[in-house]
Amino acid sequence: MIEIRELTKYFGPHLVLDRVTLDVARHEVVCLIGASGSGKSTLLRCINRLIDPDWGEIRIDGRPVTDPSWGRTGLQQRVGIVFQSYNLFPHMRVIDNITLAPRKVLRLPRAQAEEQAIETLALFGMERFARAYPEQLSGGQQQRVALARALAGQPDVLLLDEVTAALDPELVGEVMDAIRGLKARGLTMVIVTHEMGFARDLADRVCFLDGGRIVEEAPPAQLFNAPEHPRTRQFLERLLEAGRL
Amino acid sequence: MIPEQPTTPPPLPRRRGFDWRRALLPGMISAGSILAVFGGLAWLIAQNENWPRIQRQFFSVDHMLAALPRVAHGFLTNLQVWLIAMACIAVWALVLAVIRSLRGPWFAPFRLMVMLYVDLFRGLPALLLVILFGFGIPALRIAGLPNSGLFWGGVAMVLSYSAYVCEIYRSGIDAVHEGQRSAARALGLNEGQVMLYAILPQALRNAVPSLMNIVVALQKDVALLSVIGVRDAVREAQIYTASTFNYSSLVVAALLFLLATIPMARLADWITHRDRKRRLQMAEET
Repeated sequence: MIEIRELTKYFGPHLVLDRVTLDVARHEVVCLIGASGSGKSTLLRCINRLIDPDWGEIRIDGRPVTDPSWGRTGLQQRVGIVFQSYNLFPHMRVIDNITLAPRKVLRLPRAQAEEQAIETLALFGMERFARAYPEQLSGGQQQRVALARALAGQPDVLLLDEVTAALDPELVGEVMDAIRGLKARGLTMVIVTHEMGFARDLADRVCFLDGGRIVEEAPPAQLFNAPEHPRTRQFLERLLEAGRL
Repeated sequence: MIPEQPTTPPPLPRRRGFDWRRALLPGMISAGSILAVFGGLAWLIAQNENWPRIQRQFFSVDHMLAALPRVAHGFLTNLQVWLIAMACIAVWALVLAVIRSLRGPWFAPFRLMVMLYVDLFRGLPALLLVILFGFGIPALRIAGLPNSGLFWGGVAMVLSYSAYVCEIYRSGIDAVHEGQRSAARALGLNEGQVMLYAILPQALRNAVPSLMNIVVALQKDVALLSVIGVRDAVREAQIYTASTFNYSSLVVAALLFLLATIPMARLADWITHRDRKRRLQMAEET
C-alpha cells in the first residue's frame, strides 16, 4: 500500500535519510526504532509531505504522494498523523479541535461533524471531555484527543510520531490501549517509538534505523530475540542496560 | 526498618494572635519617610523666592478654569482621532504582518514590500510624516482627495504606527510553536486556513501586552497633529497661552492626558500580569 523507494533527505550538509526503501502492506503495523537522530521521524513526515525529500519517491496505492491528482487535501484525508507533543490547538475546545478539518476542509455541516467527532472521541473514552480545553486535560487524555483529531477525516493510514514519549509512565498505558484498538480496526500504521514493549506487542514488522538507513527489518520476535546486524545488537544491548527493554 | 508511624497526622498549627507591631510598623516607616522626603521637597520649593511667580504662571486656578472648556473640547478631538487611528492601525498592521509571514517563493515580492514599508516608516520621525502628509498632500489640490489636514495627519499616524504594530504582531506569530503549523497542515488546511484558525488566535493573545503599550503611546502622540493646525487639546491650550501669556492652560491639557493615559497604563499592567499568571499556571501543569 505504501511504497517508499530510495528516499534521501539532507538537512544542510547532514544526511538524515540515505536511500531508504520500505513497503507497508494494507492493515500492516510497522514500527520504526533506532537512536535519536537516526531519521525515523523524518521518514515518517515524508509520508504525508510535512517534509519533502531531496531524492526518491513515496507511492500510496501506486500513486506518488507528489502527484497533482491528490488535489490540495487528498493526501491529508488518506493519511493522519499524531505528534509527540500532541500539538492540539490550545485556544479551541476539544470538539472544535476535532471538527476543524471536517468543517473547513471537507465542508461538513457543524452538526454532522460534531456527531462524528463525539463518536470518534467515544472510541477512546473521551466523549465526556468534548467541551474542555486541551490544557485542562492530562497528557494521556490530550494524546487521545489528538488521536481522535487525526482520525476525524477517516484516514486509512495513521502515522504516530513518538506518541508516548512525552507522557508520564502511568499514562502510557491508556494511549497504548487506544492504539491497540485501532490496529484491531484494521488501520495501516507506521509508528516511530522508543517503547520497545509497544513495538514488540503491536508491530507486524520492526525496522531498525541507523544513520539514515534501515539496517534490519524483521518481525518483532525475530528482531528483538535474535538480531542479526551488529548495530541492532548494540542498540538493544544498550537499551537492556538502561532497563528499557 | 521503618519506625512505627502515628495513625493521625499532627494537628494544624495554632494560629498566632494578630501581631500589630509586625503588621503596622513597616507601613508606618514607609509612610513616615515618604512624608519626610516629599514634605521636605515641597518646603524647599515653597521657600524659593521665584515660587509665587511660577505658581501664577503655571498653576493659576483662575486661568485653568477659564481654559478648561476649550482645552477639554480639543481633547475630545484627541480621543476621536485616537480611537479611529487605533482601529485602522489594528487592521492595517495585521494585513502587513500576515503578508510578512506568508511562506512560499511566490510571496517573496510582497514580503519584501512589507519589509521595506516597516524599515521606511519606522525609520522616519512621526512628526516629519505628520507635517509632510498634513501640509503636503492638501497643497497638491488633487481633485477627489480630501484636503483636510486632520485627515492626512491621521493617515500619517496610522502609517507610522502600523510599522511598529506590524512587528509586534509578527513576533506574536513567530512565537507560536512550529508544531501548531505542522498539525494544521497535516489536517489538510491550506496556508490561509492555517493562519486564520491555528496561528492568528494564538499570536494575537501573545501580542496583547505589547499592543497595550502602543495604545498608550498613540494616545499621547495624537498631540503631534497640533503642529499642522488641528485644534486638539495642545493646540487649544497654546492659543489660550498666546492671548494671555499664562501657561496654566498647558498644565490643564497635561492633566487631561494623564487622566486618560494613567488608567490605560494600569490596564496594560493588569493585562500583562494576568497573562503572565495564566502562562505560569500552564507551565506548572505541563
